[in-house]
Amino acid sequence: MPMSDCVAYYPGCSLEGLAVEYDVSTRAVCRALGLTLVELNDWNCCGSSPASLHEPMLSAALAGRNLLLAQENHLNTVMTPCPGCLKALKGAIKIRDSHPEALAQALGRPLSEQVHAVSVLQLLYEKVGPEALSRAVRRGFDGLPVVPYYGCLLTRPQAVARFDDPENPVSMDRLLEAVGCTVPDFPFKTECCGATSGITRSDIVSRLSGRILDMAQRSGARAIVVACPLCQQNLDLRQAQAEKAMGTRFGIPVFYLTQVIGWALGLPQKDLGLEKLIVPGDGLLPAREPPEPSES
Amino acid sequence: MRIGVFVCRCGTNIAGTVDTQAVAAGALASPDVVYATELLYTCSEPGQQEIQNAVLTHRLQGVVVAACSPRMHELTFRRAVEKAGLNRYLLEMANIREHVSWIGQDKAANTEKALELVRMAVAKVRRNEPLFGSQVPLTKRVMVIGGGVAGIQAALDCADAGLDVVLVEREPTIGGKMAKLDKTFPTIDCSSCILGPKMVDVAQKENITLHAATEVESLSGTIGNFTVTLRKKAVYVDWDACTGCGLCMEKCPSKKNPDGFNEGLGAAPAIRIPFPQAIPKKAHIDRSACRYFSTGKCRVCQKICPVGAVRFDMEDRQVVEHVGAIIVATGYDLFDPAAYGEYGAGRYPDVITAMQFERILSASGPYGGHIRRPSDGREPRDIVFVACVGSRDKSVNRPYCSGVCCMVIAKQAILARDHLPEARCYVFYMDIRAPGKNYDEFVRRAVEEYGVQYIRGRVGKIYPKGERLVVQGADTLLGARVEVDADLVVLATGVEPSRGARELAEKLHISADTNGFFMEGHPKLKPVETNTAGIYLAGACQGPKDIPASVAQGSAAAAKVLALFARDSIATDPQTAHVMEKVCIGCGKCLSVCPFGAIQWKTLRDGTKKAQVLETVCQGCGLCNATCPPKAVQLNHFTDDQILAQLETLCA
Amino acid sequence: MKNGQNVLRIQEHHDCAFVRRVEQQSHQKVSQCYQCGNCTASCAFTDDYDFPVNQIMRLIQLGRKETVLGSRAIWLCGQCQACTVRCPCTIDVARVMGTLRVLALENGYVADKNLRRFADEFLRSVSLFGRVFEAGLLAAYKLRSGTVLSDMELAPELLKKGKLSFVPHRIGGRREVAALVKRFSSAL
Repeated sequence: MPMSDCVAYYPGCSLEGLAVEYDVSTRAVCRALGLTLVELNDWNCCGSSPASLHEPMLSAALAGRNLLLAQENHLNTVMTPCPGCLKALKGAIKIRDSHPEALAQALGRPLSEQVHAVSVLQLLYEKVGPEALSRAVRRGFDGLPVVPYYGCLLTRPQAVARFDDPENPVSMDRLLEAVGCTVPDFPFKTECCGATSGITRSDIVSRLSGRILDMAQRSGARAIVVACPLCQQNLDLRQAQAEKAMGTRFGIPVFYLTQVIGWALGLPQKDLGLEKLIVPGDGLLPAREPPEPSES
Repeated sequence: MRIGVFVCRCGTNIAGTVDTQAVAAGALASPDVVYATELLYTCSEPGQQEIQNAVLTHRLQGVVVAACSPRMHELTFRRAVEKAGLNRYLLEMANIREHVSWIGQDKAANTEKALELVRMAVAKVRRNEPLFGSQVPLTKRVMVIGGGVAGIQAALDCADAGLDVVLVEREPTIGGKMAKLDKTFPTIDCSSCILGPKMVDVAQKENITLHAATEVESLSGTIGNFTVTLRKKAVYVDWDACTGCGLCMEKCPSKKNPDGFNEGLGAAPAIRIPFPQAIPKKAHIDRSACRYFSTGKCRVCQKICPVGAVRFDMEDRQVVEHVGAIIVATGYDLFDPAAYGEYGAGRYPDVITAMQFERILSASGPYGGHIRRPSDGREPRDIVFVACVGSRDKSVNRPYCSGVCCMVIAKQAILARDHLPEARCYVFYMDIRAPGKNYDEFVRRAVEEYGVQYIRGRVGKIYPKGERLVVQGADTLLGARVEVDADLVVLATGVEPSRGARELAEKLHISADTNGFFMEGHPKLKPVETNTAGIYLAGACQGPKDIPASVAQGSAAAAKVLALFARDSIATDPQTAHVMEKVCIGCGKCLSVCPFGAIQWKTLRDGTKKAQVLETVCQGCGLCNATCPPKAVQLNHFTDDQILAQLETLCA
Repeated sequence: MKNGQNVLRIQEHHDCAFVRRVEQQSHQKVSQCYQCGNCTASCAFTDDYDFPVNQIMRLIQLGRKETVLGSRAIWLCGQCQACTVRCPCTIDVARVMGTLRVLALENGYVADKNLRRFADEFLRSVSLFGRVFEAGLLAAYKLRSGTVLSDMELAPELLKKGKLSFVPHRIGGRREVAALVKRFSSAL
């Protein structure tokens, strides 16, 4: 495969720890769909929100160093599954476009105008697409009702995201429908789950995540599908806290999009890290074993 | 030539930042200037008198007035010099107010620039020649474009005065938006009861020719003599034969089509009369809904029509009308709330627009005047109204106030409480704009007598929860986020220019403002004129307006037309192009660039072809002048000589 | 107004330099705000704020530097962008909130000490290893903030699922990263 078809892969720190299943399932799904990911060698933390407390160049430089690594590998597209990292990468790109010299000075080298960043959702939606995905399905979800939860950052603000609709995004809906899920209307697709307040103010996260879980339950969804490590933690890891705050029980599994797609593609459970979910979701996965692939 | 220069102080408007005395003194150094002075207010009676006196005393042959924009007072000073015996085209103006004093603070630089503009005007007037317009007869017919309440009022006023009126309406019926309203604010009188008789009048006046389902295709000519080509759209029913009996509507098998008149609520047959009081009361076929047009089979309406009026083979046809003046009254459209994804209009059936609610309130509407929710037909207990949906919102490119929505909401909330005394009404608003007569009192009645709860803040999100909707907004007076559970949410969508307004403006050679509304001649003093002589505006096509203001403008535009038609002929503007035949090479470039079709071929006796300008059609835009390779086409009063002399003076 | 400030002498409390600074640093014009309240209506954190967002915008317009920079609201903002996306005046409200945090830090106003501690520990972890070492960061933060007991119930679950790694990953370029943190932050 020529280098131009390869995509630079920036996992981000969460995917080495609390969101390790997002990392393995992203790699597995991309491999299965013919997308070659090249993990950036020696990548560093994007700075996340703590860096934004300081001068804007801190965030831009930390994220920019990773973009430089991609450039040095002759890769123009940097994909990250984490919307928080995506925000930092896009922030650096914005500074590259507005103040190229200042960024080059901070990084020691200029950053090419060709380098850009996308989410794994955007990559799957635009490079594969619902149609091709539905053709690749080996274990369809047979109408399982699920709701996609996009979170705040994947589509907002529109001028930065340049992808899907900021208020009612549908790209994840289409991908989930392509693997056989039913997607009921979910009005809280982009409501905030409490984001980084998890550590410092878990009471806020419990309330906000509880609201989202409650709406998912009312929509008749059996599971929530997310594309953000922080959203997953707030809805899954902290689901018990949310239940306590709301005085109710949800028991709603919270899958990563790549886990759902990977299962539909017939990938083995261990490649998807499904056992890592706190609220178990095994019972919802279609049990039918995929037929043996004929060409192999 | 003996030239006089008059420098206006305009009170302090000019003299505040320009040394007018120095400008006058400096002007004396220009060639041919024999007299120069400054005046306090040149446009005033004594100011004009001074000019006239100076013309006589100093035997002036040309006059330069350095003052405001010629758009403001050129005509004033032309008349003044004419009274003193000069040809009006021997006057030039230097704009030292809008172009100098109002835009710069540096007095020395301003004075220098003003003097330069004066020198240029002197250079031009030295080369000006007397010009004379000719008198052409007027066509005393008027065309009104748009049959809403403003257009109807204009048409009736003109017809009452004895004029022949051609009324053109895009839809198959006149009545416009007002015909859809249930009641009107602040008097709560029935909209169709007050509009209906006017619509009937239009149908009955013998001197009104109504073209419904018709659009303007093109326009040529000038004030007094316009030629308008219209396109009458195929309605697939011969309206001369149709009696409006409505039998076809009953029998049409394709019944479940969105009913445009009811704003998509309720269904309509493919062949239909828009509403019972429609004028003309004639049926038309909605091609996209008709089974015959989609499958080639059916023809039920054709078979049952008692007078055989259905014509499936009907095509659009052109009609040409000759008129002397045009009143544009194309009204408005309403903002599509789908742009607000967070409100869910289109996704949630019980989130509706104020116009849809108007139809729900109407006894002739989809629910017979009973307030029900579109989703399940239940009576709503809690109704939330949201103001400014597509108004005062830069994020959706609608930065302006729509002016009427505050009143519409107050009216609808009052009517909702009248229909359903148990219902509770809530209004989310940013500011209440109710400056009309008895308007603010009306809003107070909604609050005080009808118990409508007004909440000061915008709505962030609307989402369904069970059978109901949650409206999540703010109460900025409390500094709180608030939630209201609602059965029905009414979005007061903003007013925007009628679809196709920009294209129509191009065809008519009138201008539109940044928001797409047509531009009036002057924001205060020429509210119904346009910058194209003979074309007038009425109603919301010029900007958001309520019914009384639209009606007033309809009458005002009619009065302008009547004043124009009070004379029998009109002087043509001599500032037109003319062709120097000896220089013309017959390349035809001017013919192809002329936007008005004012240039035609002329064959000389020796057979050579030359361009010829039709002076009555030419608008003096100068495109031909700029395009002509050998410079054979010259624009009177703006000849190459005159303009180059100005430039040379500036660069000297 | 909250905090018992019910009488305000407009001129005395108006800090023009502060308004200019916020506008310059955020590249937003706060005078465009006409107080519709959509930010407050859309904000998930309004319940927890001492001043709702629209009042923060109003306080900036009035130049109330101390009240704004001392508010808790600016530290609780989750930067979810709902206000920015919906602002009819096209103000990037989230960016204004972010700018206020930077200014608060710079001027020594930190209403939320824990958030400050967490941010410091986070950047310390980044400086040490080049990446965030989650287990180490959490432990350090919990110790410093004195909130060791909160969230303790989550630990066994995380350990069982093998989601917390106890060995930091040190990247090769960590000195380079530490230099960037040192150069562009006042914190460490």
